[in-house]
Amino acid sequence: MKQRKVSKDSGADFGNPQLSDRSKNSSDTDEHDSKPHHQQKKRRKKSKVTRWSCIDTCCWFIGCVCVLSFVLAVLYHAIPESVPQFVAEKINGPLPDPPGTMLRKEGLLAKHPVVFVPGIVTGGLEMWEGKPCAHGLFRKRLWGGSFGKIYTRPKCWMEHIMMDNETGLDPEGIRVRPVSGLVAADYFAPGYFVWAVLIENLASIGYEEKNMYMASYDWRLTFQNTEVRDASLSRIKSTIESMVQTNHGNKVVVIPHSMGSLFFLHFLKWVEAAPPMGGGGGPDWCARHIRAVMNIAGTFLGVPKAFPGLFSAEAKDIAVARAIAPEILSSDVFGFQTLQYIMRVTRSWDACMSMVPKGGDAIWGNASWSPEEGYDCSQKRSSTENMTEDTIASANSVPQECADDDSAVVKGVHGKPVAHYGRMVAFGKEAAVLDYSALHKKETPPKTPPSNRTMNSSASCGDVWTEYQEMEWDNIEDIASREVYTAGDLVELLRRVAPKLMARAEENWGFGLADDLSDPKYQHFRHWSNPLETMLPNAPELEMYCLYGVGIPTERSYIYKISPPTDSCYIPFRIDGNAKGDSEGCLKGGVQFVDGDETVPVLSSGFACAKLWHGKTRFNPAGSPTFIKEYNHSPPANFFEGRGTESGSHVDIMGNFALIEDILRVAAGQTGDQLGGNRIHSDLLNWSERIKIKL
Amino acid sequence: MIRRRGSRQVEEEAKTTGERVDHESKLKESDTDDAKSNEQPPQQQQQKKQNKKKSKGARWGCIDSCCWFVGCVCVIWWFLTVLYNAMPSALPQFVMQKITGPLPDPPGVKLRKEGLFAKHPVVFVPGIVTGGLELWEGKPCADGLFRKRLWGGTFGEIYKRPKCWMEHMTLDNETGLDPEGIRVRPVSGLVAADYFAPGYFVWAVLIENLAQIGYEEKNMHMAAYDWRLTFQNTEERDKSLSRLKSTIEAMVQTSGGNKVVVIPHSMGSLYFLHFLKWVEAPAPMGGGGGPDWCSRHIKATMNIAGPLLGVPKAFAGLFSAEAKDIAVARAIAPGVLDNDIFGLQTLQYMMRVTRTWDACMSMIPKGGNTIWGDADWSPEEGHACSKSKLAPDDRQGSAKIKQESPVDIGPHGKPYAHYGRMVAFGKEAAVLSHSAVLEKRKGSTKVANGELRSNGSCGDVWTEYHELHWDDVEDIASRDIYCAEDLVGLLRRVAPKLMIRGEENWGFGVADNLDDPKYKHFRHWSNPLETLLPNAPDMEIFCLYGMGIPTERSYIYKVSPSTDSCNIPFRIDTSADGDSEGCLKGGVQFVDGDETVPALSAGYMCYKPWKGKTRFNPANSSSYVREYNHAPPANLLEGRGTQSGSHVDIMGNFALIEDILRVASGWSGEEIGGDRIYSDLPIWSERIKLVL
Repeated sequence: MKQRKVSKDSGADFGNPQLSDRSKNSSDTDEHDSKPHHQQKKRRKKSKVTRWSCIDTCCWFIGCVCVLSFVLAVLYHAIPESVPQFVAEKINGPLPDPPGTMLRKEGLLAKHPVVFVPGIVTGGLEMWEGKPCAHGLFRKRLWGGSFGKIYTRPKCWMEHIMMDNETGLDPEGIRVRPVSGLVAADYFAPGYFVWAVLIENLASIGYEEKNMYMASYDWRLTFQNTEVRDASLSRIKSTIESMVQTNHGNKVVVIPHSMGSLFFLHFLKWVEAAPPMGGGGGPDWCARHIRAVMNIAGTFLGVPKAFPGLFSAEAKDIAVARAIAPEILSSDVFGFQTLQYIMRVTRSWDACMSMVPKGGDAIWGNASWSPEEGYDCSQKRSSTENMTEDTIASANSVPQECADDDSAVVKGVHGKPVAHYGRMVAFGKEAAVLDYSALHKKETPPKTPPSNRTMNSSASCGDVWTEYQEMEWDNIEDIASREVYTAGDLVELLRRVAPKLMARAEENWGFGLADDLSDPKYQHFRHWSNPLETMLPNAPELEMYCLYGVGIPTERSYIYKISPPTDSCYIPFRIDGNAKGDSEGCLKGGVQFVDGDETVPVLSSGFACAKLWHGKTRFNPAGSPTFIKEYNHSPPANFFEGRGTESGSHVDIMGNFALIEDILRVAAGQTGDQLGGNRIHSDLLNWSERIKIKL
Repeated sequence: MIRRRGSRQVEEEAKTTGERVDHESKLKESDTDDAKSNEQPPQQQQQKKQNKKKSKGARWGCIDSCCWFVGCVCVIWWFLTVLYNAMPSALPQFVMQKITGPLPDPPGVKLRKEGLFAKHPVVFVPGIVTGGLELWEGKPCADGLFRKRLWGGTFGEIYKRPKCWMEHMTLDNETGLDPEGIRVRPVSGLVAADYFAPGYFVWAVLIENLAQIGYEEKNMHMAAYDWRLTFQNTEERDKSLSRLKSTIEAMVQTSGGNKVVVIPHSMGSLYFLHFLKWVEAPAPMGGGGGPDWCSRHIKATMNIAGPLLGVPKAFAGLFSAEAKDIAVARAIAPGVLDNDIFGLQTLQYMMRVTRTWDACMSMIPKGGNTIWGDADWSPEEGHACSKSKLAPDDRQGSAKIKQESPVDIGPHGKPYAHYGRMVAFGKEAAVLSHSAVLEKRKGSTKVANGELRSNGSCGDVWTEYHELHWDDVEDIASRDIYCAEDLVGLLRRVAPKLMIRGEENWGFGVADNLDDPKYKHFRHWSNPLETLLPNAPDMEIFCLYGMGIPTERSYIYKVSPSTDSCNIPFRIDTSADGDSEGCLKGGVQFVDGDETVPALSAGYMCYKPWKGKTRFNPANSSSYVREYNHAPPANLLEGRGTQSGSHVDIMGNFALIEDILRVASGWSGEEIGGDRIYSDLPIWSERIKLVL
């Protein structure tokens, strides 16, 4: 209304000068011989123009955009679905048949029922009871699926997804439960498959829901708690029993992924254990019901990544992000303390602790030794460059200089400094790269006088609470001054910084290596998911497979620093994103790498099958056969391939055609030997040889 | 630039004649103004210029205005969306509370406050049609639909590729199983039937209320099965019964030995009856659970609107792919459903698909004339379907009818509804007294016409009607009256293949001697009149259903006038209206029920044959009838209402939910109040002379 009045009064003066200018021009060119009463009209016209053109143009523009997008949408829906495939085929020749179709042609058909055991994070969670802020989300997904709710109510979401830090169970008044059925983990997010490709290929050789089962469980809980709270283990047991019974007695093939391998190890022990603690299936339950366990990228001996996750809520990605834009993740900029929140949530998830590296120094090495040392993480690249004399020379010369600088660095077989993988956590780059003897010689700096200052300045941290706030500053410096922590020290280190977390952990997980497996203490469920503290069940025909990708640098050890104090709520330790080096471990961003699938080092997923359970050992008294299948990573050739059919990375391997083919063959009744036995690309056997444990 | 100028000129011209109202209506106005200004003869130069302008305006104005209009619409739409999203989700509730006063707590919240808590695990057994189906293997036309829903959910694919969809939903007409190369399987889990379509709940409300007293997936199970198959085939093909058995066993075991409460809905009641017999039967045909499996595992069966004795609608569906709704649609717009107009033979397609679904036959009225009445008699006769509306002074109408001599007049002063005549050809056959009908029949003559109906031109729509002779059609119609007992014979004549499968899988009669070994066959397991309840004295059986809605009970048919040989030869005679007690309307007579299942079918078993120790219930399991009087939602904001009694909407009825919750948390049938009957069920049951 106002606008109209103004324009009537002041004519051309109103509005955007540019527009009125343009309108003047246009009317000038139109009207060469204008008469007085025309002029009047022109003025009126002009005022009209200025009044309407801006809104008009906007509307017109939006209209155009809308129409265009409609047209495009219609076109998009009109093109047959095979077009992208057709284009892809034009570019790189005909696509290979998916393994399901191929094997169907070969005459393979569904035989053994199949059970999927999803890993951490990939399973969906939905809400069954919540606080008022989660109104309307009943049975909607809080985890997995579209994640739409995270963005609209992050605080509420966090409150619901977190567990009680004392019990590790639901907080009062909140029930978040795992989604059941194949939908629980077929896609993690729209378009991001986890099990979907495998399911589709199994379906093409005749599988359907009566002989496929997703053993979904709440991946935030300890494995035993999934039974106590949700009866998940019991449900898996009864489902497997009924599937075997309804499929003419054909035993099941179990396919755990990632942490699912540990969960299923736990299940194997639980199901045969006596009732109050176990499932009471009797000593031959596994032999009667399970034909093969095909662990995909199993985290048998733990994952180094799990430690920084718990210790400082970091992994490589976050450390790099911090190095690039140091301010983004700190609390001052956005006013929310992302990392602290993440830490607070993840620390309430007991299952994260199941993946803290197990077996201590005997497996992961110590300050002076590690099984993988001598591995050159950049090996592949240099071999493709054909290794001329020059490159070798230059490769030699660089570490030479380094060696001149700090003489105490040891060179490895490749002429580069040895990566001391055994030093899982080192404070400062020096502690990571120096020779062991030099490390000891280095004099420790004088201790700062004890200040007795706690990090906690109570109220100022808002509702973010991590156990770091209850620590004394002295403690933090003390921790940092020890410099090198090996795998055996990690648990102790966590106990110092997060006593409540570890109180729950010690009750639920074992991180050690059993000397005497017949010791009755190993009957406790705490040890069931640690392959170094349990025996495989008495099932001589059960085949254990370790299937995993190789050829991707995988985090193995970390260089830490004390983070510069910003406020009292910050996390006192950080990965030292500046630490780079030319060591064999490709030290970069404070992380040293080794061969693996980007998440799990080869040693963790392969060692159990290569040595621990190979043949008749004390960990495998029944002599169940083991098979290792490694899948060399090759990234997707072009955009159309999506996540690739030859990927070896931790999750994308679920779409690897070779892996799917192997699984389908076993499900259709072939044995590990018929599949061709072991296939090893990495140095796994060498490394296993170096690990001296009693078998 | 040019485009923008064009639009401006249009407006300029508009400005010259009139004043502006608002920019919403500008578009329309500018057009008319433009025309007006053209009519006036201005000065010549001006006119020249205007011509130029006009041509530009015409060229650009239209597209421009279109764009402008679309832009406006988009902006407003976005704006509204933002507003809608910004609005707290409690707002509609708030508005409603302002209108109707504070809402009652949902039963879950209420009972939680009372201190009730989850005790017995709960199993849902969905009915026909409500369960989702998804594709596991298909023809090339269904590319990309792997594990997508073909039934239930959004139904998006039906509209895009109807032929393909139909091909996948149809079963093989010989075997009643999957056609070659197609695997369509039931969706499993609670999602199978929580919502049938977006926003249209089936089990969701009940699930939510159960969750409020502590239920979650470990003690709730949806016994999804392929509702197109015979019940025994769900086991043969999908192992559905075995899976249900093992799930129930596991649930009982993991919940501290508490037996399950089973809640079947609609056809699920028959399915679960079948399960009860199957699970105790020895292994090859049954589940081998032993003779006390039910008593060890089941606390209560709470049938919601269970069509225990069948549904008259099922017959009409199989016979002519019609039900009331379609018949009415045909009466209003006779051409719509004919093939001539759209070139698609909707009804024929529908018939072809549904006739391959064996489960439809499970709901053909059972028990024959003993239960449903014959030409002279029916248990419900005397029921005035418009009781509530009719004032007692409405007797004049009846006086008028009295002049039509051979019509029987009922106690309400209106002509009797002869419900026992399930199918009548012609209105006369339906309303006249039996003797008059017999009289009439003598006079009728037959015209011989031995031609086969089909001549191959029906395209790929195939119904068994095309293999019928014209003679047969006439012959069928000439019999005038078909009672419940005759329906199976009638179907056998018009659809022999369907009925071959039907006879192998379903029993429709009443057993004289239940000890006869023939009743050990699975065919009889889902017919409550041909099976014993399991030996489970502690098991409670509930019949919960809505009443107070007119429900289809008997039909008036005619031979359809069309000469087209592809037509379905019989049709409900929608012109048959009348003032009988059955509210004859559109060729259908109505009785009390929940809009789909007559009260007799849903309630009789619990009221009589299963009450106390009878030959159908040798273990003396207790049974209860609980009726829920239908009250339609008071206003639009209430959605489908919390006091509805209609067949599916009753799943959101608060009283029903409360009863279920109480039983699930451990109450017995007596504690929730025993029988509660509003309908005339006791009188009707009295009239049925069934040996007990």
